[in-house]
Amino acid sequence: MANSNSQVQIQTEKEKNTGGIKVRRAIAYVVLSFVTVLCLFWFFILFINATRGDAELAKGFTVIPGGYLIKNMLGLMGRPEIPIWYGLLNSFIIAGSSAVLATYFSTMTAYAIHTYEFKAKKFMFTFILMIMMIPTQVTALGFIRMVYAMGLENNFIPLIVPAIAAPVTFFYMKQYMDSALPLSIIEAARIDGSGEFRTFNTIALPMMKPAIAVQAIFTFVSSWNNYFTPALILKTARNKTLPLLIRQLQKSDYLTQDMGQVYFMIAFSILPVIIVYVFLSKFIVQGIALGSVKG
Amino acid sequence: MKMKLLCVLLSTAMVTALLAGCSGEKEGQTLNICVWNDEFQTRFIDYYPGYEITDETTKSGKIGDVTVNWFVYPNEGANYQDNLDRHLQANADASADEIIDLYCIEADYALKYVNSDYSMNLADLGITAADLSDQYKYTQDIVTDANGALKGSSWQACSALLIYNRAIAKEVLGTDDPAEVQTYVSDWDTYNDTAAKIAEAGYLMTASVNDTYRTFSNNVSKPWVDADGNLSIDANIEKWIDMSAEQVANGYTTTNDLWGDDWAKGFYNDEVFCYFGPAWFIDFSMKVEEPTSIAANGGWGAVAGPQGYYWGGTWVCAATGTDNEELVKDVILTMTADTAILEKIVTEKRDCVNSKTVLEKFAADTSYKNDVLGGQNPYALFSANLESINLQLSAYDQVCNEKMQSCMKNYFAGNATKEEALSQFYKSVKEAYPSLNVPE
Amino acid sequence: MKEAKKGNIVKYNKWGYIFLIPFVVVYLVFQVYPLVSTIFFSFFEYYEENLAVVGPTWNNFEHYIQIFSDGSIVKYAENTIIMWLMGFIPQILVSLLLGAWFSDTRLHLKAAGFFKAVIYLPNLIMASAFAMLFFTLFASSGPINSILVDLKILDQPFRFLENILATRTLVAFMNFIMWFGNTTILLMAGMMGIDPSLFEAAEVDGATSTQVFFRITLPLLRPILVYVAITSLVGGLQMFDVPEILTESTGDPNECAKTLIMYLNSQISVSKNYGLAGAISVVLFVLTGALSMLVFWVTNKKE
Repeated sequence: MANSNSQVQIQTEKEKNTGGIKVRRAIAYVVLSFVTVLCLFWFFILFINATRGDAELAKGFTVIPGGYLIKNMLGLMGRPEIPIWYGLLNSFIIAGSSAVLATYFSTMTAYAIHTYEFKAKKFMFTFILMIMMIPTQVTALGFIRMVYAMGLENNFIPLIVPAIAAPVTFFYMKQYMDSALPLSIIEAARIDGSGEFRTFNTIALPMMKPAIAVQAIFTFVSSWNNYFTPALILKTARNKTLPLLIRQLQKSDYLTQDMGQVYFMIAFSILPVIIVYVFLSKFIVQGIALGSVKG
Repeated sequence: MKMKLLCVLLSTAMVTALLAGCSGEKEGQTLNICVWNDEFQTRFIDYYPGYEITDETTKSGKIGDVTVNWFVYPNEGANYQDNLDRHLQANADASADEIIDLYCIEADYALKYVNSDYSMNLADLGITAADLSDQYKYTQDIVTDANGALKGSSWQACSALLIYNRAIAKEVLGTDDPAEVQTYVSDWDTYNDTAAKIAEAGYLMTASVNDTYRTFSNNVSKPWVDADGNLSIDANIEKWIDMSAEQVANGYTTTNDLWGDDWAKGFYNDEVFCYFGPAWFIDFSMKVEEPTSIAANGGWGAVAGPQGYYWGGTWVCAATGTDNEELVKDVILTMTADTAILEKIVTEKRDCVNSKTVLEKFAADTSYKNDVLGGQNPYALFSANLESINLQLSAYDQVCNEKMQSCMKNYFAGNATKEEALSQFYKSVKEAYPSLNVPE
Repeated sequence: MKEAKKGNIVKYNKWGYIFLIPFVVVYLVFQVYPLVSTIFFSFFEYYEENLAVVGPTWNNFEHYIQIFSDGSIVKYAENTIIMWLMGFIPQILVSLLLGAWFSDTRLHLKAAGFFKAVIYLPNLIMASAFAMLFFTLFASSGPINSILVDLKILDQPFRFLENILATRTLVAFMNFIMWFGNTTILLMAGMMGIDPSLFEAAEVDGATSTQVFFRITLPLLRPILVYVAITSLVGGLQMFDVPEILTESTGDPNECAKTLIMYLNSQISVSKNYGLAGAISVVLFVLTGALSMLVFWVTNKKE
């Protein structure tokens, strides 16, 4: 009796569970849909409004796109003080070079710590971990004074070269090496007579490809989006990156304030990242999880 | 070690530059001009005789043998002034090709340069008072230093008016005739009475409290900062604060920022009775190029308004250390005092120019019609207004004016009391200029 | 044999130093030297005013006394922390919930990949562009007010950016939107790392999902949560782009959204008060340095 009773109990528990799971799943879908809307709604308005003219925008919001997209683009391109194509090119040069330098040299730094035994090794590793979270802003004052003293204001170099010392990228590479770069392979290369520098470039680097790709994307995006440092360094409109041009449009010479152009400019600045993301989102999301924290 | 090497490299570069700069006493081969946008640039390209563009993208070019280079630093925040400052401070050590010869400035910070050694006395270039006698006095006050030396010159006189919406005027005031509308806004008391009527009919008097700000700040009795570095608020600014607070509380106007889309809505919809602005505002800011805008349909009218004032303008200064004195002199005279060219600028660029002769000629021209203003000819108003402007300036005006408006917004919007907003103002000015004395 | 190998290692190990050269040189030049000069200038009266340079003259701890005694640094730190908390609390709650769902094999959500991709997207968006977007969307005649009035939720447009709570909420909300996807994925990775046998055992014991979450998942996630909280706080202390653009550099109304970095930025690039900017930098350095130590300590304690 007692036995069958408990069996019944387990069964109802199970049914309740599966029923409960259905309800919970329904809730999860509702919440996730809501969150999706919360994330995408703003961009929906943005892309609608980028297709509408200043006069239409002044009348209020509608969900129907307008026919002003090309006109907004041409209007913005006709403004010499907001050279968006230069902005795009500058952003690409700075973000691209930073990504290349940061990944190559961070891999090299991580390789040094990973592969060799030397006195300062432990100290260097601990040191880099400790400075990992110190924001660049706290050294900004000394940084720009030095940049000016070197005559490098309005130049891309101070925005690119510091990427060589990227503690966060280093940390990710080191983590990845621990699991993916066995020392025996390096040892084997040595026996084959490969020089250390060559081993790094031809053996270690290719094996790090997945990690390099992830970090290249992150470095590229954060440099692409960076506002604080470029704002202190870049001066002429033609040398400015997209975030600075957005700010300039917000504060621009007022003769040509045009909301259609403002929306177009914002869309123009974020679209490259969104396009890349559409193709690489799975890879990127995995990448974050991969290198997050140790354990 | 690396830094040391760098220093050595830098100083060698500087010495070479110095040596290069010393060679040759005659006129330089390069004319370098600092500007923040293409306003002066386009006028120079179109009207300076003999200027040939050699590079379409940078607009650099040649006048005879002399190469002309443009240094364009956009006017965002302090960006233009920061870069101009660095160029001017480097002028003494710069090579002949890098010396800045000419630069443009705006009224709000003109004294910063005019009272410094980085601007030349025009008299030293051989420009006499007689050469510039056709200009309006206020445009010269702005660039006259503490010792009375004239240090710059402008081709513009940005006489500003009250620009009203004709449809709203007809509906509420029963007339859209400028002469009659002026009687409703002839001084601040009648202006406020009219605002009450406009608000009652469901419209805003102005789109923002800041629309009227310049009218008050141009008519102060003492500058923001006196000779001893004491900051004080003029009674006329106090008047603006109190009037604006009342207008916002009564719903006559709003705390919108100038140039935002909230503020600009009145360009399209019959919502705002009036804007305050000069010629460039009427012709370039009110969206005449959009077919549905009020401006495109000639729906605005202009009157003198409660008080005379000006807004904007660009002054051209000669940089100390220029090696092109003859050319600089000629550029200043040609671009800012040649009546024939100024007349062309009025017809082709629609600037309100700094020439009594030209403005009076246009004022008398009954065939001249401004389409934005429904065919009205505003030049008589422009000309009369300019004679009445009497300014009190300091080198700190730009920051003081900006901070005054942004801090008072907190008061008008109900986030701070007047006293709190005033102490925010003092604190923020002191932050920008640590040497000033501000009331506690 | 053993001897030979040891010799080899010594021979190769000089390469450890060689490979570290680029990092060390760049770090010394672009980080350490600027930091030292920043600290150095914080003890000097040194500013530019209308084309004149004042100083540098030694003035001791004057700047430090000033920023603490006039309440500036405390006020801006308070603003920063308040806006960070307003964004972080919902962020951690939502992320825990979504992370639990994503990692729950029994729930077996379809399209999880799509949802993860969507919630991470805002993290990649240019913060300045995002802020500029919100600046225009929430203008009093902007689309949001237009929609709210059309739907009869509001009688007349609400001035979001003239209201202290609304302005802070907007900043916090943007931070939330930009970061909750990232946090979700980190927490999810942590949850997936928990030994599945623990969940199985709990299931056998008849524990409900809620019990599993609070009794097993949460305690085991503690180190990751601490890590997320501290890194988020360090990130929060650097808050700049969003409030800078949303409030057009003023931090108004009443400077309620003016953050520490906005204060620093205005001292460097607007006031050009290098001495004072140095003092603010040093305070920030000490603050973030201490927090970094804490992270270091937390993440290394486990091993």
